[in-house]
Parts: sequence; structure tokens; C-alpha cells
Amino acid sequence: MPARIQRSPNTGRRLPNVWDAAAILCVVGALVAITHAARGTMAGIDAPGATEISLDPWMLPEYALRTTLRMFAALFFSLLFTFTYGTAAAKSRRAGLVLVPILDVLQSVPILGFLSFTVVFFMGLFPGQVIGLELAAIFAIFTSQAWNMAFSMYQSLTTVPSDLREATRSFQLSAWQRFWRLEVPFAIPGLVWNTMISMSGGWFFVVASEAVSVGDNTWKLPGIGSYVAVALDQRDIAAVIYAILVMLAVILAYDQLLFRPLVAWSAKFRFETTAGATASDPWVLRLMRRTRVLSAAGEALSRGAGFIGGLRMSFGSAPAVSTRVSSRTIDVVWIVALVAVLGAATWRIVSFASAELSLGDLGEATWLGLITLARVAVMMILASAVWVPVGVWLGLRPVWARRAQPVTQFLASFPANLLFPPFVLFIVHFGLSADIWLTPLMVLGTQWYILFNVVAGAAAFPGDLKEAASNFRVSGWLWWRKIIIPGILPHYVTGAIAASGGSWNAAIVAEVASWGDTKLVAHGLGAYIAQATERGDMPRVVLGVVVMSGFVVLFNRILWRPLHAFAGRRLSMD
Amino acid sequence: MDPTSPPMIEVRACRQAYHKDASADLVVLDDVNLELHDGEIVALLGRSGSGKSTLLRIVSGLLPPTEGTVLWRGTPMLGPADGVAMVFQSFALFPWLTVQENVELGLEARGVPRVRREELAEAAIDLIGLGGFESAYPKELSGGMRQRVGLARALVVHPDLLLMDEPFSALDVLTAETLRTDLIDLWSDGKLPAKSVLMVTHNIEEAVLMCDRILVFASNPGRVASELRVPFPHPRNRLDPAFRQMVDDIYGLMTRRPTAEPRAATAAPVSPLALPLQRIGTNLMSGLLETLAADPYTGRADLPALAASLQYEVDELLPLGEMLQLLRFAAMEEGDILLTESGRDFVNADVDGRKQMFADALRAHVPLVTMIRQVLDERWNHRASAVRFRDELEDHMSPEYAEDTLRTVIGWGRYAELFGYDEEAEQFNLDDIG
Repeated sequence: MPARIQRSPNTGRRLPNVWDAAAILCVVGALVAITHAARGTMAGIDAPGATEISLDPWMLPEYALRTTLRMFAALFFSLLFTFTYGTAAAKSRRAGLVLVPILDVLQSVPILGFLSFTVVFFMGLFPGQVIGLELAAIFAIFTSQAWNMAFSMYQSLTTVPSDLREATRSFQLSAWQRFWRLEVPFAIPGLVWNTMISMSGGWFFVVASEAVSVGDNTWKLPGIGSYVAVALDQRDIAAVIYAILVMLAVILAYDQLLFRPLVAWSAKFRFETTAGATASDPWVLRLMRRTRVLSAAGEALSRGAGFIGGLRMSFGSAPAVSTRVSSRTIDVVWIVALVAVLGAATWRIVSFASAELSLGDLGEATWLGLITLARVAVMMILASAVWVPVGVWLGLRPVWARRAQPVTQFLASFPANLLFPPFVLFIVHFGLSADIWLTPLMVLGTQWYILFNVVAGAAAFPGDLKEAASNFRVSGWLWWRKIIIPGILPHYVTGAIAASGGSWNAAIVAEVASWGDTKLVAHGLGAYIAQATERGDMPRVVLGVVVMSGFVVLFNRILWRPLHAFAGRRLSMD
Repeated sequence: MDPTSPPMIEVRACRQAYHKDASADLVVLDDVNLELHDGEIVALLGRSGSGKSTLLRIVSGLLPPTEGTVLWRGTPMLGPADGVAMVFQSFALFPWLTVQENVELGLEARGVPRVRREELAEAAIDLIGLGGFESAYPKELSGGMRQRVGLARALVVHPDLLLMDEPFSALDVLTAETLRTDLIDLWSDGKLPAKSVLMVTHNIEEAVLMCDRILVFASNPGRVASELRVPFPHPRNRLDPAFRQMVDDIYGLMTRRPTAEPRAATAAPVSPLALPLQRIGTNLMSGLLETLAADPYTGRADLPALAASLQYEVDELLPLGEMLQLLRFAAMEEGDILLTESGRDFVNADVDGRKQMFADALRAHVPLVTMIRQVLDERWNHRASAVRFRDELEDHMSPEYAEDTLRTVIGWGRYAELFGYDEEAEQFNLDDIG
């Protein structure tokens, strides 16, 4: 029996304990650091040190902090977007008609291609100020995070069980109350999971968006991404390695401090009445529950949130009693308006493009797109050939699966672009063909999605089916073909969709690489976009991005969607 | 059946234990002996958690025993044997294979050529009454049809030994009965392409209806408590007085109070915590007590009759009775359950009175509850982590039993208002206790 700590029933209850001291230190330290970093964003762009990057490793902690803050600023905007856009799409049928397809397309657009536009736009808003660059970077991260979060919200809101909906209605909760008491809690597990996936992708973009050159201008925001960019220019491999190590530490910290606790916390919103087997609480959550000051703060916060959620506000109108006819009239007006907007947009695009581009440009972009498509396809096949057997092996051994899960998650969130330099050095050193050897960089960061999902799939493979296969002595190739591959396919497809989408995006940074003055360029649509950006050739950037979006959407529609539907229909366990 | 011929399968001094560090091994099966001959249907009858399914997996070669030997036709069994096919409680059909493909799977694994495979599968499908469903996927079938696929899949390989793990317990009453009769008809007509059948069940009537021999299992650790021969010829009549008498006798066997004999053998001091509790809710307990007190039972009920009228299986009724017996609200003897004095008082009490009586009974007869409350009273903040109690329980029982026991104690303690529980922090507390 553990020793009793103290025996003062009356006075002991609210005294701060050791944990509190540690917690207060952490909180105050974080506040000071954030203020310091925030001051940097308000400086003028020409102020000394505002956009200058030093390769001194001791500057790295500050750079890491600035990078991390950008992530969280973007996360804040993504959540804002999720709660407004996702909710609007789910609540209003007419809005959903437009908002859902837009979201679907936005998900497939290679955002990196737009970096140059957004930088120019935000610099125009805040001329000569660092904040413009900051906002551009934050926007880039936002665009990598927001879509799937909003989608998750939309899906949750449209699948709230009808009995719970009826219960809230019979207790006459206002729309505002229903939103916070039922719909948001119901959406939380999915939202937390998608936020985690988004954050993983976000690190990649934050690194890519800190050092941006458009035309003759090159801007570098203080951060890890810029640090690596400068290190590449100056051929400083030691600095690259420092940056990688610091990034490892940052991601480990964010994983431990934020997401483990969040995922554990979100488990209580899972819509299951039976208590499932849950993993033990992460240490941060335990700390928060045991620390009096923190738990009191948490309680106050949740009471405040409860108060706001409990207000009898109503944003929707009362249940519509409008007649059918008027509703149909509004529909017609709505659709006419939509068609008009679409027409105007098409006309603008065509007139913009036709002034600068010819059909030959389209042909070139498409041809390069096909080359990149071949790259993505080959890399996906290679990655699957390697990681599916490994994932199955790990997944079928519960001990290993449990060990592999956090590692693969971690690998998936590590910004692979930080790992490019060693590869580039390797290629330059041996004088290898850029067209072939730059290709693996595309899946460097995205292959983990495949491994991660296959491990999860194999771990979830039902024990009785395993026993049946072994009882009928199914083994070898037959076992792979008839038993395990169909069993993990739904999970594999989920992972492969994420991996292939990410690979298209990565092409923009992976098909062009440099090491000091040496430039490596592979043929492909990614290189096309990257080079057009560097030249400041906007029409060709647009063309490249549009063609790439087209490829991604087509790839999704023709291959992944049907495969996903098939897997869900035929291969799922019930 | 010819008992003089060498047995088809022989299990000798089999022991299955899971090693748990820092404490004694958890023994699931202890000194189990079993012989099976050609041409018999044998039931392993026991409560859930008695280790009978584990024994079935050992016989099938899916699970090597910790100690002891399994001889398959005289030679030691290493891994799944060729002549053994299994039918699963959960059907275990591959959802991505059609009925035909599922049935062919075992043949394919043996490298049977396609034409022959299709012939054999067709024959098995027709035999088991699945004709017309060949191209359907398991998802499209009802539970009964799914289990027929499971049977066809096992029978298509013409196994010497057909193993069935609670094959009908996932089905509704009527469907289960149809499948049982169909199977027995095939067996008595000699059409079943299997030489022997070994089935695991917790349904007493099912065992008496289908089997030639019944091995009654006792739990904790699992072992064969008694062996019975069923003398009736097929087809058997459930209403035949001799049949009923046998069912009654087996009920009596299964409710007999456990003797101290197996514990004494281990010579270890028995901790008050070594008492696994079954997950029985307080509403269920009150409900049974009220039913017993009311007409037509007025305090005493015949278990098989009670089970039939409540549509309960032995597996559900016996744990309920045992928990009531533990709290001294009821007692079980010779296949009957009877209300005790305090049980009658409980039925007559109001809500608060019942809670009080329940609390008293818990403090008196469940040491774990007393221990939790004692720790809570002693602690300055009146909180205690559930983990330490779970750890202590796991020293005496399997993790699943420990979890069940802990859950049960949480529910009971909350009802009796002896302590509260914070699910998120996994802590017992006295917060809600007035």
C-alpha cells in the first residue's frame, strides 16, 4: 500500500502541491516565450534581424517556437473554419449544395502551388511588414489543415443519431443549445482524429512556406523551414542535421503534450454505451487531473463553456413552417444565382488564361502531369509492396502493433522535406539521374500512412477468422490472397488515398532540389509549377495547379473512390 | 461405437496456464483427460469461462497445451491436424468470399484441383440445405444460414473429427432447434461426413438432446467434474420424463456447492480477494428475488423450469443464482433455487431499505467492498485508484475476471451508496456519499 501523503483533512484540500509548482512554471514560461515570438511578427520587414536567418544552432529553439506558433495560429483558424463552414454545409440544404463539392475539390488541390499568390496577396495587405509574410505562411498551413476537419464536422453533424436529436427537440433545446450539447460532443472524436492528421500534414507545409521566393524577391520568415533553406544555400549539412533533431524534439513534445491527452479525452464522447477497453491515460492528462490549480482552471473553463453553450440562443429560425411553393421559388433563385456565379468565374478564367497561354502550354502541362502520375503510381506500388507485408506482420502481433502505432504516427507527422537534403547530397555526390532518384522523396513522408493503416487493419483482423484460416490450414499465397489482403483492404485504401494525395503535393517540392549552386530538376508537373513560381510566371502556375488538381480529382474518382466503396461494401466485417 | 478400438483423440493430463509475472500462474485447465472414439458425439458442458472452449482449441491443435499431451490417432499433435474441422460460435465466415468460396477454402488449402473442389463443395452445400445460396455473400444471409455455411465448410473436407464451439448459441431459439434437428437427422442416417463430433455448449438440454456422452466441466480451474452417458436413442423427445430427469440431474450437478477440494490441493493461503464476481446488475438481482417471492414459486423454484419460463440459458441463470447465494439472499440446492429470510425481507423493503440491506450484505460477504471502503475512509482525500485493486485481483484471477469483478463491485457499491467511482480518473471516492 502506498504511503499516505498527508493527514490534514480540513486544511489540506486546496493547498497547492508539487505538481502545481511545476505546472505554474510551465505555464508562465510558455506565456513569456509566446509574447517574445509574437513581438517578432509585428516588426517591419527591413528591421534588423526580422527576416535574417542565422545558422547558429542556438537560434534553433526560437525558430522552432516561431514555427510551432504558426502551426497553432493556423489550427485556430482551421477550427474557426470548421465550426462555421462545416456547420453551414450540414445545417442548410442549399448551402450544402455548394459548400460540399467545393470542399471536395479543395481537398484535392495541391496547395503548395498557390503559395506564391498568397504571399503576394498578404504582402499587399501589409506592405513592408513581417505580419504579411506570417499571415501568408499561416494561410498556407491553414489550407493544408482545414478541409478534412470541416469534412469531418459535416459528416458528424449529418449523422447525429435521430433518437438523440428527437430527445433534444422534446426537451425544447434551442438550436444553439442543441449545437453545443449534442452535435459538437458527437463530432468531437472524429474532429480530434482529423485534427491530428491535419497537424501531421501541417508540419510539411509550415516548413515549405517559410522561405518563399516569387520572381526576384525571396522572403525568409524566422523558422525551421527557413533555417534549412539557408543551410542548403550555404551547403551546411551540420545545420541541416541540427534542424532535423530540433524538429524531432518539437514533434515529440507536441505529440506528448497535446495530442495524446486530446485523443484520450475525446474518447469519452464516443457514441458507445458499452465501455470499451481503453488505453491508459497519457501522463499529461494525469498531470492535469492531479494538479489542483490546473484542474480548478479546467473546471472554471468548462463551467464557462457550459454557460455559453447553455444560453437559450437560436441561430436558425424556428422550425420552418413556410409553404412548399415559396421554398421552391427560393430554390430556383438560388440555383440561378449559382449558375451566374459559375458562368462569371469560367469567363474570367478563360479570358485570363487565353491572354497568356496557348493550347501547347496545356499539352505540355498534361504531358508532365502524366510523368508525375507515373512517378506517383510507381512509388505507391513500391511503398505498398514494402509496407503491406511489414504492416501485416506487425499488426498480427499485438505487442508489436502497440509499439509500432505511435512510431508510425510520429513518422507520418515528421516533415519529410527536412529529410530531403541528405538525399540530395547523395544524388549530387554520385551524379545520379534526378528523374529517377528524386522520385522517392515524394513518398518519403507519405508512405507512413500506408504502414499506419495496414497495421491498424491487421490488428483489427478478427480472431475467429484467424482461427478458421489456421484450422483449415490455409497458408502461403492462398492466405495472402483470400484471407489477409481482403481483410486489410479497407484500411489499406484509406491509407493509400492519404499517401497518394500527399505525394502529389510533395511533387512540387520534391521534383526540384538544390544544394548550393547545384540544381536538380526532374521532369514533371511538380517541377513545372515550382519553376514557374520561381520565374514569377503566374499564368503557368495557375495552369500547372489546375492540371494537377484535375489529375488528383480524376485519380480519386476513377481509382480510389470506387475501390473505397467496394472495400466498404464487400470487404467490411458487417 | 466400439470402445475397445484405440481412441481417435486422446488428451492426457492436460494443463493450460497463463503465466503472470510476480504471482502464481493463472490456471485455466487443470489435469484434464479426454478420450474420443470413432462414431460418437460428445458434449463439453460447462459455464462460460470454465475453459471448455480452451480445451476445444487444444484438441483442434490451434493452441498447444502448457503441459500434457494430445495424441491424434496415436501420434502427438503438432498444430492443426488434417482430419479436424471446426465450426465457430461466431460463424467465422470470410465476408469477402461467397458461400461457395467459403466452403471451398479448406479444399483449396489442401490443393484439391478446381473441378473436384467444386463437386465436393456442391455436395456439401446440398447436404446442409444451402442449395441456391452458392453465390451469396455471408452478409446477405440470416444467422441460421450463416451457420449452415460454417457447417458445410467444415464438413466438405470430410473430417474425422468435427469440432463445434457453441455452434447454436448465437442463433435464436427456433433457428437453433432446426439446425440441431437437421444435424442429428444427418448423423442418425449416417449421412454426416464426419466420424465423430465434439461440441462445446452451455445448454444442458442441447447436450442431452444431441450427445452420447456429456463431460460436465467445473470452473476455476477448468476440469472435468463428471462424465455422463446419455442412454436414449435418436430421435429424442424433450418431454420424455426420463429426458427431463436427466436435465434436472445435470442442473443439480452444476449447482452443487463447490467443495474445498481443488483449493486445498494448491495449499496456498486463500486471499479474501480470490472471489471472482459475475457481472450481474442489481436490477436483475431484485427482479429474480421478486419473481421468486411471487406466485407460482412462493420462495422455491425448479431451475430448469424457471430458466424455461424466463427464457434464460443456464449460463445466465446460474451466475445470477450464485451471486444471490453469495449475498445470502437466496440459496441453490439440487437444481432448485430458494429464497432466504433476508431475501424475503429485501423484496418487502422500500427503495432505501433495499439499499441499506444490500450495503449490509456487501459489507458482510464481499471482502473487496469492505476493503475499498476501508481504504477510502483512511485516505485524507477519500480517493483511491482502481488500478491497485485491479492489480491485487489479477494476482488471483485472469485479467478478464478481475475486470468483471471490479466492474461488478463498482456497480454494486454505487447502488448501495457505499462509494462512488470516477470513470475518467479511475478512482473510487466518497463524493456522492451523503
